Amino acid sequence: MTQMTARLGFFVLLMPLLLWLALLIIIPHIDMFLLSLRERVGVGEYETSFANYLILFTEPLYIWTFVRTAVMSVLATAITLIIAFPVSIYIAKIAQGRLQQILFMLCLIPFYVSELVRTFGWMILLRETGIVSNFVQWVGIVDRPVEFLYNDAAIMVGLVYTSMLFMVVPLVTTLESLDNSVIEAGYDLGGSTLSVMREIIIPHAAPGIMSGCIVVFMLSLGNYLTPIMLGGKDSLWFTEMIYNQFIVRFNWELGAAFGFMLLVLSSAIVWAMLRLTGQTLAKTME
Amino acid sequence: MKSGFKFLKHTFSVFAIGAVAVQGANAETLRLLTWGGYAPDDVVEMFKAETGHTVEVTKSNNEEMIAKLRATRGGGFDLAQPSQDRILGPQLEFGIYKPIDISRIDQGQFIQSMLSATMANTTVEGRVYGVPHVWGTSGLVMDTAAAGDIVKDYTDLCDPAVAGKVSYRLKRPTLIGFAFAMGMDPFAAYSDEAAYKDIMDKVESKLIDCKPNVKTYWGGGDELMGLVRSGEVVASMAWDTGGWKLNADNPNITFVAPTSGALGWIDTFVLPAKGRADDAAYDWINFVMRPEIAAKITAAAGNFTASSGADAFAEESLKARYQASFPAVAIDNIKWYPPVPGGLEAIEGAVLDRVKAAQ
Amino acid sequence: MTPDLEAVGLSKTFADFQAVKNVSFTVPAGSFFSILGPSGCGKTTIMRMIAGFLEPSSGDIRIKGESVLGVAPNKRPVNMVFQHLALFPMMNIADNIGYGLRRQKRPKAEIARKVDEVLERIGLPGIGQRKVDELSGGQKQRVAIARCMVLEPDVLLLDEPLGALDLKLREHMKLELKALQEAFETTFIYITHDQSEALVMSDQIAVMNQGRFEQVGTGKDLYYRPQTSFVAGFIGDSNCWEGKVESVDATSTLVRLDNGSAIHGVFDDRTSHVGDSVDIFVRPESIGISRNASDFLDCENRLSGQVHDVIFNGAASRVMLRDSQGGTMIEVALPQSGGSTDLLKGESVHIGWRAAQSTCFVKGAV
Repeated sequence: MTQMTARLGFFVLLMPLLLWLALLIIIPHIDMFLLSLRERVGVGEYETSFANYLILFTEPLYIWTFVRTAVMSVLATAITLIIAFPVSIYIAKIAQGRLQQILFMLCLIPFYVSELVRTFGWMILLRETGIVSNFVQWVGIVDRPVEFLYNDAAIMVGLVYTSMLFMVVPLVTTLESLDNSVIEAGYDLGGSTLSVMREIIIPHAAPGIMSGCIVVFMLSLGNYLTPIMLGGKDSLWFTEMIYNQFIVRFNWELGAAFGFMLLVLSSAIVWAMLRLTGQTLAKTME
Repeated sequence: MKSGFKFLKHTFSVFAIGAVAVQGANAETLRLLTWGGYAPDDVVEMFKAETGHTVEVTKSNNEEMIAKLRATRGGGFDLAQPSQDRILGPQLEFGIYKPIDISRIDQGQFIQSMLSATMANTTVEGRVYGVPHVWGTSGLVMDTAAAGDIVKDYTDLCDPAVAGKVSYRLKRPTLIGFAFAMGMDPFAAYSDEAAYKDIMDKVESKLIDCKPNVKTYWGGGDELMGLVRSGEVVASMAWDTGGWKLNADNPNITFVAPTSGALGWIDTFVLPAKGRADDAAYDWINFVMRPEIAAKITAAAGNFTASSGADAFAEESLKARYQASFPAVAIDNIKWYPPVPGGLEAIEGAVLDRVKAAQ
Repeated sequence: MTPDLEAVGLSKTFADFQAVKNVSFTVPAGSFFSILGPSGCGKTTIMRMIAGFLEPSSGDIRIKGESVLGVAPNKRPVNMVFQHLALFPMMNIADNIGYGLRRQKRPKAEIARKVDEVLERIGLPGIGQRKVDELSGGQKQRVAIARCMVLEPDVLLLDEPLGALDLKLREHMKLELKALQEAFETTFIYITHDQSEALVMSDQIAVMNQGRFEQVGTGKDLYYRPQTSFVAGFIGDSNCWEGKVESVDATSTLVRLDNGSAIHGVFDDRTSHVGDSVDIFVRPESIGISRNASDFLDCENRLSGQVHDVIFNGAASRVMLRDSQGGTMIEVALPQSGGSTDLLKGESVHIGWRAAQSTCFVKGAV
């Protein structure tokens, strides 16, 4: 009897999570998948087929954008990691007390304003008549205005900036859990900074690195505003394709196929990253 | 004595509350899906004071309006304002609107020619789905001092003399505008998919050739204004109101109707299929079409309305800019968008994608 | 013969606080040297200076006669066993032990051989492929030592490594550590706040308090001949009373306690004057207890009192006695032989001890 009650209690407590998963994640995705299998054959007439997926793989533009988005996202993740790692070590291991809190806050502050405003901030900095352009002219490196905006480097800057916090937080958390004496032992037994980093700090931080990378990769892959606003006329990003299909072209079927492929792509890359580094998802989420 | 006065005041308040409650019984909430500037706060307040209806404004654009209504199969809003050319196709394909009861509209408030043209364009199976509200054009916004001599038409944006200093949107109006500027008539080809595709192929190669000339494809009005105001862009395809707004700051910048003709659009009122507050919707339409209210909307949005006699209330400076941009010939030359048949979006979409991808 | 480790006038000052004050000591090769002191006394600071994680503010540290000032931790011929052992959780046991050898770029085969050897020596052969968290506390302890010893350091530092172990294991590990030290014939510097660890294992113990060494000596010296009141109080249990010197003669001093009792005592190598305020320490195990007053005729100090409480703790059982004259509470060891094991609360008993067993220190003298 009590066991029954306990089981019931367990399900009652689990219910909100199950509902949340089912209503907001699983059902929409099933719906989207079914939608992606519909092929429009006439006004208001549809047939079930893989035609939409076929379009994705036969149209060079779509497949190119697909690949380009993935590669750029991986690159953005790598750059974010390279910048965030020393920052996180500093915050977790070197900075003390108030300074530590302040540095952490500094990482958080950009998120007090909306993504749109942040991106506009970068546009003001990077545009032809912007601050960076004026500065390099004033210094005398160039003698005419330079356009820093509307290229892939600008997209990269925006993506890395937006993602920084999501890399720093898991890194700081795992690095803080590394006992200082373990690092000291590494030095004490003859290790150099490089070997301590390679054999002790990085292996310890691996779950944090992975969870940071997964989050940043997902964020970059799914980013919409940054590539479009900073990338200008060459900003091909897969989310824009999805938006266009859904909103501008009224082609929900193709949009759903794109969306589903994005899901498959991100899952595949996350899986590959985990396999490559010998991590498991469970370990990463600890 | 004093307490007696207080008592009276309280009694009065109670009555006043009672009166509001009675009025509130048939007051509705109007969920309005519209463009920025089409429902200014002061108009919304005047409307509430007069009719008791509150208005919830959601700002959007053509594509998002249709996408939103499609997602709910015509629910979630009580009144929407897509352009007149975007009513027929979506209605046939998705059935997201319901017919308008013309008898409930005060037709005398409208400019008759515009009303009848819009009604004709939005008639599906003998029933009318839209009435006109705000109209305007798109053409060229330019710094006349820097580009006035070079850019006379859309295709002149590809002139090497303005290389790296021009912009346009990567959207269908650009395709249409370039087609006209290249001497073709895309509207005439609307009903013939093959002919339309042929036109679009030519426009595509033109736009790809032109791509190196373009600084960036602008996405939002604010972005374009920033580009032109800073001088980074000297000529762009844009809406008339954007040019007039910039003209107030810098007399050199203004809106110019291209030689091949500005593209004219009319934003309408339509009733979403599952709208719940039809009474409020009709009240709103009749309210905002009054000349003095329409003039307020013109002041907020920058564009003129289909309200007859509202010109009398419009700002002189706006009228002056309008007349400078549109000599009589230019007005006659405006190309009004006809309804877009379903299926053309796919052709245009593919063209736009390829232009964007071109290196 | 050059000592393995020598500290000369070592001081360390942090921003607003002097942790180590002018400490000098010498550790002969192959000995087990402990630094014993309460937490916060500065012992960890000394250890970290030897290891190289801290630079001394002044003074010198010499290992095998050579100053190691300015030498980075990874270049010093000392290794350290950390308080929580600091085994590398991301590596298996063999990789943990081989870590230092890999840093020295030894050939793989040699590393494998040495790791096996040292595992053999610590009595844990064949556990190389295990993970760190699969080991028991005592096994981890031995691995941590092996990880250092495989590098054959001149000096091994141990920072309270037994602190995390449970009591039984700790008792066992004390003996084992001592045996390991003898087997490796390496100099161990061991810091602890646990006097029993220090007494059991060490050849020499330095008692440290507030940044200074109070006394350096063998365990016996510290126990039987404390030189300061801190050492007397810190090493072993003691009854501690305060009083004033009433008279001084050739063999002993008479001290009058504040409550009126008179105690005979000795000063260790110190002169005292009538009227000095002093602390008297008497160990519970130095005091004899009996039901017969005649048992203590040869003791200078003879008291009688009532049993206030009997605290049974096996071999360390105590009787708490209230002195019938002055009312002082006196802690007396309960002998496991003789007729005193059946003492009851409230019973009247006699106690006595020799003057030589009450050690006196003048208050305020260093």
